[in-house]
Amino acid sequence: MELIYEKCRGRKAFDFGLLDVPEASFPEMLKRKLPPELPEVSELDVVRHFTHLSRRNIGIDTNFYPLGSCTMKYNPKIADLVSNYPGFTSSHPNLYYIESLIANLSGAMQIVYELENMLSEISGMKEVSLQPMAGAHGELAGVLMVSAYHKHHGNFHKRIVLIPDSAHGTNPASAAIAGFEVREISSNSRGTLDISEFKREMTEEVACVMLTCPNTHGLFEDSILEIADIAHSKGALLYYDGANLNAILGQCRPGDLGFDVMHFNLHKTFGTPHGMGGPGAGPVGVGEKLIKFLPGPRVVMKEDGSFSLVYPEHSIGKIAPFLGHFLVAVRAYVYILMQGGEGLKSISRYAVLNANYVLARLKEFFPPAYDRLCMHECVLSTEKYLEHNVKALDFSKAILDKGFHAPTVYFPLTVKEALMIEPTETETKETLDQFCDAMIELANLAVHSPQTLKEAPKTTPVGRLDEVKAAKELNVCKQATNRDV
Amino acid sequence: MYPEDVRYTETHEWIGEEDGLYVVGLTEYAQEQLGDVTYVELPEVGRHVRQKEPVALVESVKAAEDMYAPVTGVIVEVNEALEGEPELINFDPYGRGWCFKMDDIDLAQFKRLMTREAYEKYLKSL
Repeated sequence: MELIYEKCRGRKAFDFGLLDVPEASFPEMLKRKLPPELPEVSELDVVRHFTHLSRRNIGIDTNFYPLGSCTMKYNPKIADLVSNYPGFTSSHPNLYYIESLIANLSGAMQIVYELENMLSEISGMKEVSLQPMAGAHGELAGVLMVSAYHKHHGNFHKRIVLIPDSAHGTNPASAAIAGFEVREISSNSRGTLDISEFKREMTEEVACVMLTCPNTHGLFEDSILEIADIAHSKGALLYYDGANLNAILGQCRPGDLGFDVMHFNLHKTFGTPHGMGGPGAGPVGVGEKLIKFLPGPRVVMKEDGSFSLVYPEHSIGKIAPFLGHFLVAVRAYVYILMQGGEGLKSISRYAVLNANYVLARLKEFFPPAYDRLCMHECVLSTEKYLEHNVKALDFSKAILDKGFHAPTVYFPLTVKEALMIEPTETETKETLDQFCDAMIELANLAVHSPQTLKEAPKTTPVGRLDEVKAAKELNVCKQATNRDV
Repeated sequence: MYPEDVRYTETHEWIGEEDGLYVVGLTEYAQEQLGDVTYVELPEVGRHVRQKEPVALVESVKAAEDMYAPVTGVIVEVNEALEGEPELINFDPYGRGWCFKMDDIDLAQFKRLMTREAYEKYLKSL
């Protein structure tokens, strides 16, 4: 397929017309010598180009997308619609900085204020800040608060963060960037935290324990209350990675389980389409101990019902410009209001039911890493097909030819030839059956005609890509044309 | 697949003596599990390391994994060829795919590491 640059033939789709206002003077030295090299084609060519591109893509609007750990669920269009209201899209983010103009943002500030309260209620955390821009950014904000908290109390020896091997991969990175030493805790044979190893590692030097719950095995940490007690008894704080929050919405609350700090992934749980690098939003929630350390400024409601901005007493400072990804916050606001309390409960019920349905139908063919009821995702293994030289990667390519996005493969790292499937709450039983039928068909092919899987995919715009070359010599830049600029 | 004259760790490093130094690399099992290796970050020469301390990073198309010091000692040389050709770990894990060399090692620790026989038994238990 030609790049849009290669389609340029001097045609234009748009004309600015004649200047109908007096021309402003502009310093000569700042003017470009040549016009920018932008692609210009006819309107029809633009429409066709991008329509063709979109048809080569695969997304939740076109296909089932069971990418474990990622929560690629369908998000209602009404959330997009509302966030595109001109009152939201054209409110200037910098108005926050101008005291005299803040009143113009009272509607936006009210949404921030109310959404923070809703998230507090959903999570059981005392206060929430919408500032962080994405999940890992929320993690960083969270561990920076943990660091500030311990330093504030003079506990400089608290330099270790414990993270189970079933946690999300970004947790160790966030903790390391915040200056902590990371220690990994193994999983036990049931796929949850190994409590005896945890107790051994849980010294006075531990600042924080970061848990993903349900973890990346799709399992709920059933010893969570004991884990929280042990951590707290040594003065450590407990971090909740909220990436899998759709599994427990309305059933239990991290704040009630003993967590001191957490992040939400609004783009996974609350109504923003997810994938392709954003936009996301990763609000942080905290319990009593960390309120004073929240990122600032925060939106507060004054006695007269108007809103203003304040910095918490020991704030870690501003962690993002403005008040976070506001339009993503609007989507979450709409989504939560639309669902209501009962709706949020049914999200977790269906997320868990769907995952267990897939698990039950596929476990004979792809034995699960841990044979027990799962939460919102299940981890299966293709290990038994290795004797036919068929790997998880081959299944993930072959399923594309059946019209499904591939599940996550080779993650979690604790499971050999892992297939991690998250159907999400938004899929119907019919779709799940089609997917399971296709997977079972592939399992039979793997035994009787392994070459078919090795040669897949055949129906996609490109076949098997050279992954080594993509990792070592990635080059997605178009070669510049040799025009002097 | 698993040479007799080196020792093995539970984290799938091998270590063997060569001209008075101790050469360390990843085992056949490790390279097979990782898949095509795309990048290796090697330790600094001269660094003193403790046993089980993460000293190198190996990235493949599937995962990024730490590599641990099999014994306490000093890093005295690293395999610079891996910078341009990390895939040597896949093609020749006990030869040209070696990762680093150590000196002044804790010999008692070395002797406690797994023999080939013990390592093969350990692999079966995984």
